[in-house]
Amino acid sequence: MNNVGANNNIIEVKNLVKEFKGLKAVDGITFSVIEDEIFGFLGPNGAGKTTTINIICTLLSKTSGEVTLNGYNVARERNKIRNCIGMVFQDPSLDDRLTALENLHFHGLLYNIPRRILKERSEEVLDMVNLSSRKNNLVMTYSGGMKRRLEIARGLLHYPKILFLDEPTLGLDPQTRNKIWDYIIKLRKSKNITIFLTSHYMEETEICDRIAIIDKGKIIALDTPDNLKKTIGGDIITILSEDNIKLKEYIKEITGSEAHNAKEGKIRFEVKDSSIFIPKFIKNSPVRILSISARKPTLNDVFLDLTGREIREENASARDNIRNRMMGRIRH
Amino acid sequence: MKKELTGVYTVWLRDIKRYYRDKPRIIGSFAQPILFLFVLGTGIASSFSTFGGGGGKDFLNFMFPGIVGMTVLFTSFFSAMSIVWDREFGFLREILVAPISRTSIVVGKLLGGSSIAMFQGAIILLFSPLLKIPITFVIFFKVLGIMFLVAMTISAMGIMLASVIKSMQAFQVITNFLLMPMFFLSGALFPLNSTVKWMNVVSKINPLSYGIDAMRTVILNNPVLQLYPLWLDIVVLISVTIIVSVLGSILFSRQD
Repeated sequence: MNNVGANNNIIEVKNLVKEFKGLKAVDGITFSVIEDEIFGFLGPNGAGKTTTINIICTLLSKTSGEVTLNGYNVARERNKIRNCIGMVFQDPSLDDRLTALENLHFHGLLYNIPRRILKERSEEVLDMVNLSSRKNNLVMTYSGGMKRRLEIARGLLHYPKILFLDEPTLGLDPQTRNKIWDYIIKLRKSKNITIFLTSHYMEETEICDRIAIIDKGKIIALDTPDNLKKTIGGDIITILSEDNIKLKEYIKEITGSEAHNAKEGKIRFEVKDSSIFIPKFIKNSPVRILSISARKPTLNDVFLDLTGREIREENASARDNIRNRMMGRIRH
Repeated sequence: MKKELTGVYTVWLRDIKRYYRDKPRIIGSFAQPILFLFVLGTGIASSFSTFGGGGGKDFLNFMFPGIVGMTVLFTSFFSAMSIVWDREFGFLREILVAPISRTSIVVGKLLGGSSIAMFQGAIILLFSPLLKIPITFVIFFKVLGIMFLVAMTISAMGIMLASVIKSMQAFQVITNFLLMPMFFLSGALFPLNSTVKWMNVVSKINPLSYGIDAMRTVILNNPVLQLYPLWLDIVVLISVTIIVSVLGSILFSRQD
């Protein structure tokens, strides 16, 4: 059953390109996913994350490039690939006129799981996401978080080798988001499964073994979260002062690095060890400092460092809200 | 092969489950044919005497097979167009990413829409005693067979359109510009052989008119009202069903 070569790569993508009417949504990306790891795609909305996933999972045809999954070619062996992947899509894909159990039953039939095994497994996956008590309720009556949990359960029902989670926490409140991540962490501990996830929430991708940062259809960095953060030289310091221009000159003089403008009229820069740096810095500063803060770098800083832009979660979530509202309008 | 058959069965089963769970839809779907038959039909039939003609009772009998056909037309079309709905709400992706062929999905949808349409048509057929039209078991099963062919043709058309049309708005437009003309020019409401020339010509390329003609032949067995021989109706229906199903299957598989 295991068609993975000696290098343990379960997914291999080479020079993948996808054009939509001349626009390159995916622009020649190359990467591989190692068996049993959690691999993350991190990037702003519209970066090409979902497009890439849709190509790997056989929903979208590619313009050019090579994609193999578990040794199967995505262009020629679609059904073999479909058999060994589980999907949790960005938007809900449940039949809300059916109950949770019926949704799982439907899925089991499509994946040709024998009936007696199907029953057992439905209980198992529902139990895992704590939905056993609601299994006979129509999905219509579920909250957003419950729907997402049910989708994760459904994605696991046929014991896929790889589980794709496309923005698994999009549109959910923070508490529910944490719960979803707890399930994912639990899952990786209890099963031999490769997880491929995407997110534009930086902090959420920290649980990944490796992360590819993707922007404008290109992979701009690929490494472990720690290594990515190490590319930033130490701690991030944010300062509000009376004269930023003068202060910037001073910072360059003592640290040798450039300070950048940040939000709310603040400036930011990086130093190796903030606990020693800050007292000295305040004492010798040529301008009055109104506020100063230091923190460890996050993946957001890595993205900012690489692209000069923030991932801008506020904008993304505003757009999600509008979309959710639109979907609600269609439904009622 | 067994896997594909299971796939067909699964897609079919979902349509059936959704149907019987949707009680308002079931009740609503009987309202239209009953309204047509007993309000519009009775009204037109009684107006005959006003304009100096007779045969009001005959008109109601004439209209009855047409209303059965109408039920099959609308039910199967809307069932197939539920693909547009599934796309809008994401469920289509769950089916598309499953390890079954696109053809199995299409066949499952065709059979689902047809089963529901046949069921609804059969219920309307049960109103025949009210019009004093005798329906024997043999006639009932013959009509059921014709309903199946009509439903398959219309479902396949629905799938073809659903593969091309992506929005709910366009769906409304289709209803007005395709479905209603098909219905009016099918001979369901008035005889096509005594109407103006262009209508007669257009009705010849309308697959529904062969279906309605076949049903009328079987139910009423009145040679005066018959347009084509029964065998021709059946041959046309089977050919169109095959052609449109294949086209629908190709179009559905092609979409990204």
